[in-house]
Amino acid sequence: MNLDYGPEYEEFRKQVKDFCKKYQGLVFSDSYGPRLGGDKKSENSNGLTMTRSEWQRILIERGYFAREIPKEYGGYGGTIDFLKNKIINSEFSEAGVPAATRGQGTDYLVPTLLEMGTEEQKQKYIKPTLHFEMIWCQGYSEPNSGSDLASLQTKGVMDGDSWVINGQKIWTSTAKYAHMMFCLVRTEPDAPKHKGISYLLIPMDTPGIEIRPLVDMTLNAGFNEVFFTDVRIPAGNIVGERGQGWLVANKTLVHERGSLGDPTVIVNRMNQLIGLMKTETLDGTRIIDKPVFRDRVMKIQGRVMAFQNHGLRLLSARLNNRKDAMFGVMILKLIGTELRHELEGLAIDVMGELGTLYEDSPNLRDNGSWQFAYMMYLGLIIGGGTSQIQRNIIAERGLGLPKAPKIKEA
Amino acid sequence: MYFGLSEEQESFQESLDKFLEDAAPLDLIQSYAHGENTSLPTDVHNGLIELGINSLIIPEEYGGLGLDLLFAAATSQSLGAGIAPAPFTGSYVMAPLALIKAGSDTQKSKYLEAIGEANIHFGVGISEYIGARDDAGINIDGDKANGRALFVLDASEATHYLLADKNGTFCIVKSDDPGLTKIPLTTVDKTCGVQELLLQDCEAEILEGSIGDNTAIQTVIDAGRIMIAADSLGAAAIMIKKSVAYAKERKQFGRAIGSFQAVKHMCAQMAADLEPCYAMVWYAAHCQNNIPEEATLMACHAKAHVSEVATAVAKTATEVHGGMGFTELLGLHYWFKRIGLNRQILGGPELVREEAATIQNF
Repeated sequence: MNLDYGPEYEEFRKQVKDFCKKYQGLVFSDSYGPRLGGDKKSENSNGLTMTRSEWQRILIERGYFAREIPKEYGGYGGTIDFLKNKIINSEFSEAGVPAATRGQGTDYLVPTLLEMGTEEQKQKYIKPTLHFEMIWCQGYSEPNSGSDLASLQTKGVMDGDSWVINGQKIWTSTAKYAHMMFCLVRTEPDAPKHKGISYLLIPMDTPGIEIRPLVDMTLNAGFNEVFFTDVRIPAGNIVGERGQGWLVANKTLVHERGSLGDPTVIVNRMNQLIGLMKTETLDGTRIIDKPVFRDRVMKIQGRVMAFQNHGLRLLSARLNNRKDAMFGVMILKLIGTELRHELEGLAIDVMGELGTLYEDSPNLRDNGSWQFAYMMYLGLIIGGGTSQIQRNIIAERGLGLPKAPKIKEA
Repeated sequence: MYFGLSEEQESFQESLDKFLEDAAPLDLIQSYAHGENTSLPTDVHNGLIELGINSLIIPEEYGGLGLDLLFAAATSQSLGAGIAPAPFTGSYVMAPLALIKAGSDTQKSKYLEAIGEANIHFGVGISEYIGARDDAGINIDGDKANGRALFVLDASEATHYLLADKNGTFCIVKSDDPGLTKIPLTTVDKTCGVQELLLQDCEAEILEGSIGDNTAIQTVIDAGRIMIAADSLGAAAIMIKKSVAYAKERKQFGRAIGSFQAVKHMCAQMAADLEPCYAMVWYAAHCQNNIPEEATLMACHAKAHVSEVATAVAKTATEVHGGMGFTELLGLHYWFKRIGLNRQILGGPELVREEAATIQNF
């Protein structure tokens, strides 16, 4: 065990700290999607405002975002450095300086294109995506294809030099803002279900696309339904070969599951919860002094710390190329989302009746962020592979337990 | 940066695992539990001493190996996995640590060297410092100790006892002191030797460094809690391993029961809950030698959290084994009971979490 990052990294940490000091209180002049608990209006704002894409540019120039993405595609052009990434994440989060705006484009599409895209696709899409000039949405789930994603039925037919697409996608977050969609489409109807899918790139302003907002239980229209009626896109807008889409998509799913349960974020949230318990009172007694609540929060703190230590272990496994931590990655989504949901739920119990207040109610605490996140994380328990699907993956791929026998299709 | 066990630590675990497989397989533990094969604990203890578990944390200047508590935690993991019927946490972590932290130079060379040479073995009774049951407790007055220590760990083969009074002052009492009455206690866990001690004007050798200063006893408790957590971690990992193997092999309704999601998900949940406990135990152990400001908090949380997870694993693993899990024939309950005992030793989860809150000034 050696938790020292070494002098080179301490120097780097100092640089990041100085940078964060300079940009503390930064407020974006443009908005993007629903924020957790509403846009955080920074009270200690020092008047510093800029657009998200200006901020992305600064971060990339400093190597604080898109570090390992080649310069020719608009990244910083550095080598993979997990320790630097870790330092950046924790210093930004501690200083309350906004991190780079990330989304399905930056997190899932860019790694996929780097691995499977043509040179032309990399040139065309990666840079604007990183710079927040091109927003992407993900077209995977369909009303009848959720956990069984590979059964999807949106059709793509080759007509001359175009794909013609018909069908429907659902749970498409950011579809309203998106310029582009990366989408799974059935192009080979006669092939077995996993081999008949292609990964297509669809401009969202193509005629025939209709977007209907889907209001979720938080009352935000965080998701959308997207309908395709004879949508024509160029034949070249495909990543990988025809029928290889499932393979291409699985690359992105790997990226997605790895990114959903970042331990640093939950540590900060727990400290906020403890702060709340010190200020909320019942009959004049601080909630944190009430033994039952005290025990509940200590229970959560123990779990959060275990999760945090686990994150360090995984970081080290990546640094030292150890494969024995693969199992540790598989559990992140399940443990991270369930833990966070419980943490938010405890905060609501801490506030009691006042914990039910929402939107712009009088007596609202913390912008209503606890109720919002309580519901939001229930959504995340379900989205991106439900907890039940996660347990299947852990059991089958991690522990080697047998799959359920296939039921013959009627 | 490297987070995890070193190659040396992992290979020491392998030696321990191998030794315990040979020297204390389940059938021998079972026959010992049924009153036969009475030399088993001594044999296992001697074998473990040959591997060096008694001198792990003793400084090199006193003839020990001078290793840190992470090494000891790695050891404890293996002892829990093998449900070793032998002393460790009290005899070879808490007692030497108390001597290192609070003993005089004379006491250190006298006792530490003797522990390292396996001439003496300490039982450890400090429960009453943490929280007294039945108004138990000892009083140290000059060089005499009186009273009652209710739950003394690693006691069966002890030649000496390390005891503490309510102020956290340590004293050493010899096992053959005429004023000492030893009452063996029977716990659910037959692999651990626990005693109650009654002291009547026993000769007490005080560790001077612990008078009016409870930092030594806190350090000793922190270390003990981490060892116990590591022991439960090792035991729980084996219960999961056995459950997964059983779920692959056992067939009902014409299928391996592990292909049913009800069973599969039980296995997945156990494994997912336990996985972060490795990092937590290792980090907590690392803090003891390297990050003192987090040492007590991490020890409390590791003890409480691992106990909770291991308790749930013990229950679920038994259920995965169905009726067989409930039997002495299969013997899974030895791990269940080890985890059950560990949960209560040196403070149960509620008590330890309260301590965690208090030290953070909540």
